[in-house]
Amino acid sequence: MTKTPLQFRLNGAEKAVFTEGGQNLLDVLRREVGDFAPKYGCGQGACGVCTVLVDGEPRLSCLTLAETVQGQAVETTSGLADGPELHVLQTAFMEHFAAQCGFCTPGMLMAAKALLDTNPTPSRDDVVEAISGNICRCTGYEPIIDAILDAAHNRRRSA
Amino acid sequence: MAKHRGRGVASINYPIGMNLGGDPSQALVHSNPDGKFTVALSSIDLGQGMKSVTRQIAAETLGVPVADVYVDTADSDTGPHCMGSFASRGTHRVGNAVIAAAKEARGVMLEAAAEELEVNAEDLETDGKGNIHVRGAPQRSISVADVAIAAQFRQGKTISGRGIFLIPLSDVDPETGEMTPVSCYAHACLVADVEVDDETGEVTVLEMNSAYELGRALNPKLVEQQLVGGAWMGMSHALYETTEPHYPSRENGAVDFNEYLMPGPGDIARHNIAVLERPAPDGPFGGKGPGEMCANPVLPAVANAVFDAIGVRINDLPISPERILRALKTRDGISH
Ligand code: FES
Ligand code: FES
Repeated sequence: MTKTPLQFRLNGAEKAVFTEGGQNLLDVLRREVGDFAPKYGCGQGACGVCTVLVDGEPRLSCLTLAETVQGQAVETTSGLADGPELHVLQTAFMEHFAAQCGFCTPGMLMAAKALLDTNPTPSRDDVVEAISGNICRCTGYEPIIDAILDAAHNRRRSA
Repeated sequence: MAKHRGRGVASINYPIGMNLGGDPSQALVHSNPDGKFTVALSSIDLGQGMKSVTRQIAAETLGVPVADVYVDTADSDTGPHCMGSFASRGTHRVGNAVIAAAKEARGVMLEAAAEELEVNAEDLETDGKGNIHVRGAPQRSISVADVAIAAQFRQGKTISGRGIFLIPLSDVDPETGEMTPVSCYAHACLVADVEVDDETGEVTVLEMNSAYELGRALNPKLVEQQLVGGAWMGMSHALYETTEPHYPSRENGAVDFNEYLMPGPGDIARHNIAVLERPAPDGPFGGKGPGEMCANPVLPAVANAVFDAIGVRINDLPISPERILRALKTRDGISH
């Protein structure tokens, strides 16, 4: 099969890979680049565990054709922490016990980041809306919603 | 066409563990030469907090900081045997095994310390901060790390311990049919408030209020986390989830997340929880463990609330809009 060169930024670093026609972004991130933060859950847009940001917008990477991110900036959970410094969302998730098995967590974090980056003062409904495409089997969502609201609050305070 | 409110109550007594041929779990504890401890288990943590709780239990029993204990559940082929993470048995069975193993390791650790300090092991105590000193004379002290080094390189001792906890198989008395399958029960009561839409058949859980008696809550945040998440799963089983076929046969059943319904973050109900702690006499530090019972009382409570709201009993799960509408038709004598 013909391979197509693809260049994009991943968490600030330049990446260049060859993709196969029709390959999705999740596959490229996990297999070609080796970033295993975005997870493979359903592969059909129903669970949200593969959520990444493309130029700041949340995207289901399992449904995103890899070649469409040519020249764009992709963000995954791997890029959230700054060295040993956790992102304000990660700290809040930890403090609110917002992860149990943790499988939904990378997707939840990215959906939440997209929200906070565009809306620093989200309401509870805004948070629910932002993560409504993400399924969590373990937590009952409540701790996740609380964590995101708290992260927004802490970010405003430290800004 | 209207919305009807209803309230339902359910109570449960939940047995901790099971008794199909005896219910054992093992633990092994050993120190490394840096004075840190490893607890080897085959009891898997799937998010319920097995590692956190056994780590606390080991640290408390050994008398060392939690940070100095590592719980390794890497491989059930090479680790000590465990029946598994199910039947709400983890905290109780594995916790007790960890206590036994950590006690034995602590004994060796104090022996090794006694040899270094030239005192009697019975006169030693741990400060929980990584030091061992003579009772009443804290200046006569040695760090756990130094004891571990001495044991390893001078005394030739392994600071280690073995633990097993077994609830033996309980036979049925042929005369009376009596048996004692479990040694301890947890208890809960849950009240669910629902709203039933008699036009769409949809049931909305408005609020849940519950009280759980789980022995001592060894890690209160983890207990709360289990209760909140588990109740959501119970609500989901009560109203949404099924692998049963839609129409007309099994092949048309749910095969993926597009068809297998689970409530999203917008469908959660407020849940107020009271945790009552009555330490279990045979539990590790009095703990029983929340486990499966987090989800269980929600189902009957929701079913009872639906009955209270519309006066019909739904006897099959999930209580789907279709089942509600069919039941209403039957109630009102309308033929299908
Ligand atoms: S894996 Fe992409 S939405 Fe489930
Ligand atoms: S923490 Fe397990 S799926 Fe969300």
